Amino acid sequence: MSIRERLSGNEAAAIAMKQINPDVVAAFPITPSTEIPQYFSTFVSNGDVDTEFVAVESEHSAMAATISAEAAGGRAMTATSANGMSLMWEMIYIASSLRLPIVMSLVNRAVSGPLNIHNDHSDAMGVRDAGWIMLFSENNQEAYDNLIMAHRIAENKNVKLPLMVCQDGFITSHSIENIELIEDDKVKKFVGEYKPDEYLLNKANPIAIGPLDLQAYLFEHKAQQAEAMKNAKKVILEVADEFEKMTGRKYSFFEEYKLDDAEIAIVCMNSTAGTTKFVVDSLREKGIKAGLLKLRVFRPFPAEEIAKALEHVKAVAVLDKADSLNAAGGALFEDVTSAMYVNKKQVPMVNYVYGIGGRDTKADDIEKVYEDLQEIVKSGNVDNPYRYLGLRR
Amino acid sequence: MSDLIEIRWHGRGGQGAKTASLLLADAAFNTGKYIQGFPEYGPERMGAPITAYNRISDKPITVHSNIYEPDYVVVVDDTLLESVNVTAGLKKTGAIVINTTKDNTEIKNSLKGYEGAIYKIDARKISEEALGRYFPNTPMLAAIVKVSGIMTDEQLLNDMKGSFKHKFAKKPEVIEGNMKALEMALKEVEKI
Repeated sequence: MSIRERLSGNEAAAIAMKQINPDVVAAFPITPSTEIPQYFSTFVSNGDVDTEFVAVESEHSAMAATISAEAAGGRAMTATSANGMSLMWEMIYIASSLRLPIVMSLVNRAVSGPLNIHNDHSDAMGVRDAGWIMLFSENNQEAYDNLIMAHRIAENKNVKLPLMVCQDGFITSHSIENIELIEDDKVKKFVGEYKPDEYLLNKANPIAIGPLDLQAYLFEHKAQQAEAMKNAKKVILEVADEFEKMTGRKYSFFEEYKLDDAEIAIVCMNSTAGTTKFVVDSLREKGIKAGLLKLRVFRPFPAEEIAKALEHVKAVAVLDKADSLNAAGGALFEDVTSAMYVNKKQVPMVNYVYGIGGRDTKADDIEKVYEDLQEIVKSGNVDNPYRYLGLRR
Repeated sequence: MSDLIEIRWHGRGGQGAKTASLLLADAAFNTGKYIQGFPEYGPERMGAPITAYNRISDKPITVHSNIYEPDYVVVVDDTLLESVNVTAGLKKTGAIVINTTKDNTEIKNSLKGYEGAIYKIDARKISEEALGRYFPNTPMLAAIVKVSGIMTDEQLLNDMKGSFKHKFAKKPEVIEGNMKALEMALKEVEKI
């Protein structure tokens, strides 16, 4: 039987880490992810875990330490947000190119400046091309479940890529909500032991990690990373199947909420998907065929699957919680529109940049998007595909 | 009780409005409900106005925004009545609970024509009598439970006894006072 609890998103992440019991956790505190290493360090002090906790002096060092621990053959985890992620940036690319399956909680927050501690997705979008698997979480339950599945995906021999689990800073990280926890022994069995093929502390098979890699090889190595990202798609689904057998909770690349017969649809990630579900339900009561595609797996990007899921819809709005400041549209919008075009699906698409710097996204805002979509279906025109939602004029 | 009850707390930093919202979430959780308890984070400092929220339902809650049309509002500090529009969006079918010693006319005048039910309680008197110090959050927690009917008095008292034992494991001497504050508040909250 699962354990009925009420936890904040940060507590849920810390408890997942306790149950995973990694060899090394290295972290530096930064709002709103601070509580994760804070709670975890308590577990270390109380002897609940065997983990070596490294209280580093910066996020750059946090990532360097997790890289070192993984390279040595251990299982390593960390957590950060926003400018902590910015300071890690150099090491983020090194972690993925060395094919080290580190698992990180990224509690999404606006990257400065000006200084803001609240939620948007600019930290995650800044590392979207860094070669990390990126899972997004609607609530505390999904932040927990995604972490429990993370090592199985990242450490798979056909993948060997680092993985980050995102959740919305404050909105879910600091909100107490119901959650179903899995028993410790079941998590332990599910996650299993980490047995890398090659690692630095293996005297029997000495290797070099991270040497100079010039014109003759870097291209091939990058292509191998890209191949691993493609392989991850199959592994993500396999692990989700096994997870469903254990918990009854179903995961895939994305969740389709009342999408199969929808005429208008929103695509978004993290906590806003929950608010959108609430709006979809109320619109359905009025006979409006609204639906939602909540993306869970942002990297690898399930382009073909998204195109197929949206092909029957008459108009789609993609919600970006980070502005790409490129005069064209947000990152998620560009990925989804590209997926549609390449897969020859002609559906009117519109982009809304929303929730920047913690601007609250209300049910009314989401309703406005569905109203706009109905207008687009009626007129057949998208006069301006790159819009704002909730911006004060 | 409708499907979803939404509560907004107004307090000042240091008075425990956030803690009260989390305790309410805890107590409702323990009666089998789905709950959310979250503060609106800002530049927190002692004495600054703060807002916290609760959603309580028999069904899973998916909305993740602040609360704009609450069923209930709790005002932990009546000096906020002058500076914060505490009844903003408050449903007429709901109620507001205020920690105050002001007279009824003065309270009504400060609520800008709010048409729903108004309750008052002297949480300072209760807290000082029961605890010897001013911690308004415990009486206000009992007051909102009484007014909203989220759970019975017995459910609240039984549950909080357990919570206080855990929360005050290192200072058990305050448990009795907190329990007394709850009991007094359940009796003393009054409709005006």
